[in-house]
Amino acid sequence: MTDTLTGNLTWDSIMIVKAIKDPNFNTIITANAAAMIPVGTVLIFAILTWTKYWKKLFSEWITTTDHKKLGIMYVIFAMIMLFRGVVEGTLMRINQAGALDGGMLSSDHFNQLFTTHGTTMIFFVAMPLIIGLMNFVVPLQIGARDVAYPVLNQISFWLTAAGGSLITISLLIGEFSTGGWSNYPPYTGKVINPGVGPDYWLLAVGLSGIGSTLTGVNFSLTIYKLRAKGMRFMRMPLFVWTSLCTSILLIFAMPPLTASIIMLGLDRYLGFHFFTNDLGGNMMSYANLFWMFGHPEVYILILPAFGVMSEISATYAAKSLYGYKSIVAATMCIAVLSFTVWLHHFFTMGQSATINAAFGIATLLIAIPTGVKIYDWLATLFRGRIRFTTPIIYLSGFFILFTIGGLSGIVLANPTIDFQVHNSLFLVAHFHNVIIPGTLFGMLAGIHYWFPKSFGFRLLESYGRVTAMLWIIGFCLTFFPLYPLGLMGMTRRTVDYMDPAYQPYMFVAGAGALCLSAAFVGLLLTIWRSIVHRKELAVPLGDPWDGRTLEWWTPSPAPEWNYAVLPEVDAIDAFTLAKERGTAYAPVDKYTDITLPPSRYYGFIVGLLAATMGFAIVWYIWWLAIASLTGIVITVIVYGYLPQCGHVIPASELAEADESWRRRARAERGISRDEETAVSNQGLACPDLIPTP
Amino acid sequence: MTTTKSNYPGLNLGAAHGDDHEAAETAIFGFWIFLMSDIVTFGMFFAVYVTSALNTAGGPGPKDLFSLTSVAWQTGFLLVSSVTSGLAVLNLKHEHSQSQSPRKWLVFWLLVSVLLGIGFLQQEVRDFIDIAHKGGVPSRSAWLSAFWSLVGMHGLHVSVGSLWCLVIVMGVLAQGVIQRWKHAIMSWAVFWHFLDLVWIGIFTIVFLRGLV
Amino acid sequence: MTHSASILLSVVSDSFLRPMGSIADAQREHLIRVVLLTLIAVGPVFIAAPLILWRYRRGNAQAAYRPKWNSNKLLESLMWGVPMLVITLLGITLWRMTHTLDPYRSLSTDPIRLQVIGLDWKWVFLYPDEGVATVDELIVPTGRAVSMHLTTDTVMQSFRVSALIGQVYAMPGMVTEIHLIAAEDGEMRGMNTQFSGLEFWKQKFEVHAREPNDFAHVMDQARNSGLSLTPEVYALLAEQGTADEARPNLGVSKDTPLRFALPDKDLFMRVVARYHTGKPVNAPSQPGSPSYQPSCAVPPPADAPLYMPMSTHD
Repeated sequence: MTDTLTGNLTWDSIMIVKAIKDPNFNTIITANAAAMIPVGTVLIFAILTWTKYWKKLFSEWITTTDHKKLGIMYVIFAMIMLFRGVVEGTLMRINQAGALDGGMLSSDHFNQLFTTHGTTMIFFVAMPLIIGLMNFVVPLQIGARDVAYPVLNQISFWLTAAGGSLITISLLIGEFSTGGWSNYPPYTGKVINPGVGPDYWLLAVGLSGIGSTLTGVNFSLTIYKLRAKGMRFMRMPLFVWTSLCTSILLIFAMPPLTASIIMLGLDRYLGFHFFTNDLGGNMMSYANLFWMFGHPEVYILILPAFGVMSEISATYAAKSLYGYKSIVAATMCIAVLSFTVWLHHFFTMGQSATINAAFGIATLLIAIPTGVKIYDWLATLFRGRIRFTTPIIYLSGFFILFTIGGLSGIVLANPTIDFQVHNSLFLVAHFHNVIIPGTLFGMLAGIHYWFPKSFGFRLLESYGRVTAMLWIIGFCLTFFPLYPLGLMGMTRRTVDYMDPAYQPYMFVAGAGALCLSAAFVGLLLTIWRSIVHRKELAVPLGDPWDGRTLEWWTPSPAPEWNYAVLPEVDAIDAFTLAKERGTAYAPVDKYTDITLPPSRYYGFIVGLLAATMGFAIVWYIWWLAIASLTGIVITVIVYGYLPQCGHVIPASELAEADESWRRRARAERGISRDEETAVSNQGLACPDLIPTP
Repeated sequence: MTTTKSNYPGLNLGAAHGDDHEAAETAIFGFWIFLMSDIVTFGMFFAVYVTSALNTAGGPGPKDLFSLTSVAWQTGFLLVSSVTSGLAVLNLKHEHSQSQSPRKWLVFWLLVSVLLGIGFLQQEVRDFIDIAHKGGVPSRSAWLSAFWSLVGMHGLHVSVGSLWCLVIVMGVLAQGVIQRWKHAIMSWAVFWHFLDLVWIGIFTIVFLRGLV
Repeated sequence: MTHSASILLSVVSDSFLRPMGSIADAQREHLIRVVLLTLIAVGPVFIAAPLILWRYRRGNAQAAYRPKWNSNKLLESLMWGVPMLVITLLGITLWRMTHTLDPYRSLSTDPIRLQVIGLDWKWVFLYPDEGVATVDELIVPTGRAVSMHLTTDTVMQSFRVSALIGQVYAMPGMVTEIHLIAAEDGEMRGMNTQFSGLEFWKQKFEVHAREPNDFAHVMDQARNSGLSLTPEVYALLAEQGTADEARPNLGVSKDTPLRFALPDKDLFMRVVARYHTGKPVNAPSQPGSPSYQPSCAVPPPADAPLYMPMSTHD
């Protein structure tokens, strides 16, 4: 029974204890995964103590409100969660390779795996990756010093981390939901699933969802109000346009998720009847609410990747982006249309043919602007001078693979065909086919592209290209076999199967998963080896790629204040224009003091209390839940009264740093693109060719 | 006639407030954007309410449980407090371009608004207790769940708004009418009006429609 | 395992790529049509991307370089126009096919009536006009339209027979519909595709399309099988587990098909009505819950006071 002090927690809730009491293949795997948490924590603490990094950790990272640092923290968080997501995916694929009439994993273990895999990948890998990139890049690209609400930005990050901590702790204490990443009731209702699993899902996703909503508010406000002088809407870089549309989508799409989570929570905790079988509950409402979030969510995931593709295709082809107005219009069309299609996630729920057909046609319509964008990027490369850097390899993979994913999407948009392949591996193949070559490749390309701006040195091209190829090959091997399997009738979320005809495809998919794991290792190796060689890869003057947009118009790594003097623009690709005019590094007349937002414990405290409150609610430890919630309220109020003075950077310091950068840039010889991957690339570009009319 | 440029929707502070007026553009616009997300959240609860309207599962329905008198009182409290909050903001605009001006009327109107808000809440809680006594507990049916959560969600917002206003009043008394409190008052006032708007929706869709 | 192996040995089709009925056949044709139409819009990407990437690589000095070229009216009209055209064509065919192949569209004026109850983790098929019930075995007369009403008694499930029609969701307390017709004799497989718990992956059933005489013979056999699907037996059947696992409880040996006589033609509606009595369905009475007790879960009597069961159809 529920204990007042410890709620429903017992010693048996700890997975390691469970494995000791009942050792078998599944409990041992789980215990090992669980053990990583205490072991990992101790290791991290040990390293921090040994390198004496504690003070800096708190002063530079945990309390920062600097968008650049928060962006980096989001990406690091995403990489840690990506490790977990890849392991889970690989485990499932390996299980299924051998799962004819019984695989190595138990059904319960597999069911948790597919749930945590989906939940982790969407909410704790893909979202943090795009929000992290948006955080780092957007203020720089619009010529601002930071976002509109830096403290709110910090809170968003720590709320996301709080959600991530809950899904992580569920590995060690208790278990996670088995209802899939969409967590449909009544399966996840109190009657059928009274355990802690669905509660962990509710709290983890709910907390990070609030953080994401606040990010949407913050970034749309930033883009509306903090653009540099002269940067009209139609002069913004494409990544900013896609970030704006993504932010608007976040504002409108996260609330349905929050609402459905609150409602399911009320059902589970207080016996409400939103989605129950009895007393008038209607599970179809959950499907509608969830997918009213879920569909715009996938456009939230893809639009920033599209933004990255726009940036890199122009930069690495040394050409201006083709069809700017078209791409902007297409982006906005996609954002608006994304709200009109949610029903295609449940065509089979028994609606009339007219309703199904209407949503099917709306789904088809989104293909038009998406196609336009792909043509526009191809047209950007056309008559350009393409350099096959790592980002362009990702772009190449994207062109072919994402288009196939779009094709399978058009197939699924037809209710007639969806009645056959809904919930089959065809569906699984489709969404991985758009998320991996779309979102993941876009984010990895973006990371390679903007890495020098964050850390001051490039990533090794050799490792980067091999890793990119591994992702491409791994993706094809893992997911292409799922298309025929789905057409042959194999259902998703099945731990084992009985038809021997499936096995060869499952073998190929299993091999592909190992390739994807290698790709992930490749990513880590790329970063590690680049850190080791950072001196040769350094690009301090800030423009390693002959960039076109404002963020390249600062040193690398970007200084805390972004721009010593805020830029003024009069065209698209303002930096390229300045380089052509020869005024890029001209001396500045006047520097004035600037005030930067202060470091705060605010976000960290709120995140910590939110995680504690979430954990307490999951385990019914009511005193702790109330105490944490009260703590959050008190923190918010107290910070409302604290003085808001930031720290001042005196004009003299600005002048010194900025003038030395400009002087060096004027003095040195810029490199041509032939030397882009050589040591001589110090971040100063010499225009490539005289453009012919 | 010279008019100051309006930087954001609603009552603007005006040029007399100098920097505070300029800075308010970002702050208040941002708050409106946040309200967009809150509208969608409420929208979802409304949508579920409307689709559950007939799902009383044999339990008590609106005619068995609602008291139009009580709802009328609640509406009165909220509407009047919206007016008094407007008076507070007008006072802010016209009397407080310097932080040193006497604060008593500003604080007065803010406190009146909070008191009326608390009056609304007290009436609503009594209503809920009454409904529960008559068997209208949220676990009885889907319609009751939707009713309690929609009206409860609004009540939660009013509670937070009341607490926020008290925090503002204490801040104004302790630190004067400085920029942060000006922006807070303007945001709070928009929030307060917004809650009024949601209440009109609730009043119409839940109470009036339920009793017709 | 032998039961599932027997499915395997006799399966002729599990997929709409080998359709056994006109609807699945139409769905297959539609798939091909959609893919071919879409290739008009995406084919250029597959061809242009490698070509452009190769020709305009930096090392190729012969290729033209126009760094400021960023718009062309003809190209714009093609880029927007061709996809619009393709999508219009796709939209027209989508609208028509969705209406033609509406699962709720009745296929004849005289279909045979079937009812389906999804449980964890088995399917119960009721043939009220024949007075027969089967578990994990759908038997249909070839060439005759079958109209099915579906529900579940646990959680949301999805009933699919790929070779004949595709799928439709089934939900507790609600009734959905699907109509099918088998064109030729044969064996097929159906399954639940909406995840519903631990043994969800085993929730598959055999589909036998038999010529009308054979069908009548099977129905006769079932009526005289000695087993009767009373509400009490149904409540036992509703215990969590596959059909194989239920056999011992019902006193049926391993390889005997689960075919019952159906004394109560209202059993289906009583199962739906379970959720509309105005009383809560607590854990012991809810099939699929960990604390389910068959004795607490006999469906309410046919004359119990009720509220309208919900159809999902508009």
